Amino acid sequence: MAEKLMKFSEAVKKYDPVIGLETHVELCTNTKLFCPAHVEFGGEPNTQLTPVSLGLPGSLPVVNATAVDFAIKLGLALHGKINEWSQVARKNYFYPDMPRDYQISQYDKPTNGEGYLDVELDDGSIFRVPIERAHIEDDAGKNTHVGGADGRIEGADHSLCDYNRAGVPLIEIVTKPITGVGARASEIAGAYMRTLRDIVKALGISHARMEQGNMRADVNVSLRPTPDDPLGTRSETKNVNSFRGIEKTVTYEIRRQAAILDEGGEILQETRHWDEASQTTAGGRLKTDADDYRYFPDPDLVMLHITPEHIERIKAQMPEMPRERRNRLQTEWGLTDDAMRDIVNAGALDLIEDTVKAGATAQGARKWWLGEISRAANEQEKSLDDMPITPADVAQVEKLIADGKLNDKLAKKTVLGVLAGEGTPAEVVKKHGYEVVQDTGALEAEVDKALAANPDIVEKLKSGNMKPMGAIIGAVMKATRGQADAKAVSGLVMKKIKG
Amino acid sequence: MSTTNNELVKLTASQMAEKIRSKEVSSRELTQAELDVIDAAEPQLHAFLHVSADEALAQADAFDKKLAAGETDGMPELAGVPIAIKDMIVTKGIPTTAASKILEGWVPPYDATVIEKIKAAGMPILGKTNLDEFAQGSSTEHSAFGNTYNPWDKQRVPGGSGGGSAAAVSSYEAPLALGTDTGGSIRQPASFTGSVGVKPTYGGVSRYGAIAMASSLDQIGPCARTVLDAALLHEVIGGNDRRDSTSIPEPMPPVVAAAREGLKRDLKGVRVGLIKEISGNGEGFQPGVAKRFDEAVKLLESMGATVTEVSLPHLSYSLGAYYIIMPSEVSSNLARYDGMRYGLRVMPPADVPQTAANMMAYTREAGFGDEVKRRIILGTYALSAGYYDAWYGSAQKVRTLVIEDFAKAFEQVDVLASPTAPTTAFKFGEKTDDPLAMYLGDVTTIPANLAGVPAISVPCGVDDETHMPVGFQFFAPQKRDDAMYKPAAALEAALEETWGGNILTKMATPWLAD
Repeated sequence: MAEKLMKFSEAVKKYDPVIGLETHVELCTNTKLFCPAHVEFGGEPNTQLTPVSLGLPGSLPVVNATAVDFAIKLGLALHGKINEWSQVARKNYFYPDMPRDYQISQYDKPTNGEGYLDVELDDGSIFRVPIERAHIEDDAGKNTHVGGADGRIEGADHSLCDYNRAGVPLIEIVTKPITGVGARASEIAGAYMRTLRDIVKALGISHARMEQGNMRADVNVSLRPTPDDPLGTRSETKNVNSFRGIEKTVTYEIRRQAAILDEGGEILQETRHWDEASQTTAGGRLKTDADDYRYFPDPDLVMLHITPEHIERIKAQMPEMPRERRNRLQTEWGLTDDAMRDIVNAGALDLIEDTVKAGATAQGARKWWLGEISRAANEQEKSLDDMPITPADVAQVEKLIADGKLNDKLAKKTVLGVLAGEGTPAEVVKKHGYEVVQDTGALEAEVDKALAANPDIVEKLKSGNMKPMGAIIGAVMKATRGQADAKAVSGLVMKKIKG
Repeated sequence: MSTTNNELVKLTASQMAEKIRSKEVSSRELTQAELDVIDAAEPQLHAFLHVSADEALAQADAFDKKLAAGETDGMPELAGVPIAIKDMIVTKGIPTTAASKILEGWVPPYDATVIEKIKAAGMPILGKTNLDEFAQGSSTEHSAFGNTYNPWDKQRVPGGSGGGSAAAVSSYEAPLALGTDTGGSIRQPASFTGSVGVKPTYGGVSRYGAIAMASSLDQIGPCARTVLDAALLHEVIGGNDRRDSTSIPEPMPPVVAAAREGLKRDLKGVRVGLIKEISGNGEGFQPGVAKRFDEAVKLLESMGATVTEVSLPHLSYSLGAYYIIMPSEVSSNLARYDGMRYGLRVMPPADVPQTAANMMAYTREAGFGDEVKRRIILGTYALSAGYYDAWYGSAQKVRTLVIEDFAKAFEQVDVLASPTAPTTAFKFGEKTDDPLAMYLGDVTTIPANLAGVPAISVPCGVDDETHMPVGFQFFAPQKRDDAMYKPAAALEAALEETWGGNILTKMATPWLAD
């Protein structure tokens, strides 16, 4: 059933959109939040378990201190208040993927209090997103519904539970209502998520891979006639796990809600889900006052005490934040804003930095990653990270060029060889015999041959007309199967003519 | 063998340990003797839900081998002495049910921390003892698997929830047992059966592997026939455990030394405070209980103790607070029994949608008994939005006041005292139709759980009318369990002199055939 939608440009003219994001970030601790069960993506079902993560009778949770340190790191990165005393609470509800039938989360005393996150928009301007809180909690297991369509529970004949994920630590970051977003609502939502992703990656607290569900967001959207009106009724679209999905959800919800309000209708307070196939959100469960999780402090766990001294210790270990790092690298590399943005948008920042660290120049590294390698990645619809070439490989190619062992043409062939899986640059060069002719005697012989075959060109060169030099170089290149160093050839030619 | 089996099983645990160390008797012989008593007594008492004879004998043999090889250095004094375990504590490979149908047939894949310690001490595990379902009750009548009978009088309950452990110890089926105490479940049955029961300081013994009833109140503790035996077992199971976040990290004062000190019967300098609010002369207290209690107090004075009356003004609210906090935690702790992963699963009838939610509902309906359901419903209500502050919130405030009352009282005295229970063991069915009457019996034991302080019950005689044993309770400050062991041991020694032996010698033991 297609829902009525208003044109986006019209919707944001008629209404003031307010968005809010609740982002779950899966932490990359080695073990679960409350027990020493190993955490690894993609393990055989029900192999990463202890009595605790399975909620066996008598088992007790013990907080993973690393997860708490990760929360502190995030709090510092979000300019947030770290509460000295925080409490872990039980959120009670029955669900097959919940081993204890309660989630261990935080309620009125979370670890992280108010903060903010500055996000950079496409035009280079900065938008400040206010953060309400962040708290730690454990993830549930995973249900697989068998026998129905599309793995949905409707029509399935049975379901399987995998508790490997049960107990994996999460941090949930909750924004305050983000106001003043206007027509840039979706852009801001997307930029916020990307910035957050970059930060958690930089902090090393999450693998932050959206496609593996390491990060997912509940997207809240509401409309009101003007910024002076109270907040409208919101919809909450659950578990959106791609940047594009988040942006599209915001756009779609603004259009859908505007159409309803325009007809004098009412927005239902409900949870919805984003359907990638139809590019729409669909209604889910109505939120009612009957949702009562009976939160109470978990009596199995003592209050978390985070001392100011401990926070100082963590502060000393904080890595450089993505935006500071970008600014620093831009200066170091001497790039324009546009050039830097191209690198960031291509997802090549880490790769280029690593390539420079491996000895290449920034210019050289950028040329390969944004040139030949990006082209190949686009063709194969892969991200740069997944291409079979490493920063060290690229640096090696650059070194061979600098040493005069490869010319540009051979270097390109070498890179293509590495991308084709033929081995390291050195191996590719060896396999194809790509090495530049170093033997001056052999090169000189070829130059002599070329000059002898083209007396008219020799005349022109002698008269100071350097235009036909290319023809001589081309001839030598052809004779050496492209393995001559063009500079060396032109040097020899000049020597001959003057000599 | 110079000692007959009957003489052997009537020894205290520490005497048994001595005979084992001197190789006068082997752990296997002792274990077999206890298994023989269990065989003979069980048809009359039903203290056990499961007897693990093969495992016990194998553990005994393993210990005997170690002893023969001289490899027992550093093992606890009780090494080789068998023990019974309340079926609320998980035992790897031995069925653990919490006396509930919902866990029937479940065999745990892991050992509780206390079980690891018991095994490391070379103490054979005789079996799992009966209890009120999920330790919820004061008479063991709420067990899904039948009553346990009081060895003193089979028309009477053994107390609860740990009626099985208390009956096993007092009937000589086991020299020692482990219990769990959430509101008196170790101490009240000890009082009802003429045995000794201890609730240690909250956090003094690891709860890892004790099936949770009310996590902020639960505590594992020893059941024994003497104060010294209880102390010896206390030291085997106590100590910090990283798997229990509420476990106390620092070492605790030694309780065995305190018990031995008490046996000298010198209480000069010991200040005993009688808790005015539950001192035994109030409403609901059986006159015979008050009488034995008062006599015991005089005996304490005769040994040099200073006795005063101390008021803990908020104690009268503790029962109400307990019956909010406990069911609230119960409602959450027992949510996991949903038929998904272990234990009972009941599928809905064919005309009902076969969903996970319906399966959970039918499983819980069939698997839980009435008392457990009553507490789950009470707790769910108390934690609900809109009621939380009025119920759970207020109860926590009362709890804080009770903690403060104890702290203030312990500024004036070293130990506090009261009867363990207002009555002696009652008859089967007497209180099952009146849950409130059953709850009222916990008024004397609950304060220790709310305040997290240790408490011990020692027998102080037999009621003249009911001819059933009476318990005397000492409370000590948090982390000062040693403070109560001394007067408890002194009182026991003084009373045993007047009785000419342990109180259990007053009990007929028809199951011990000559």
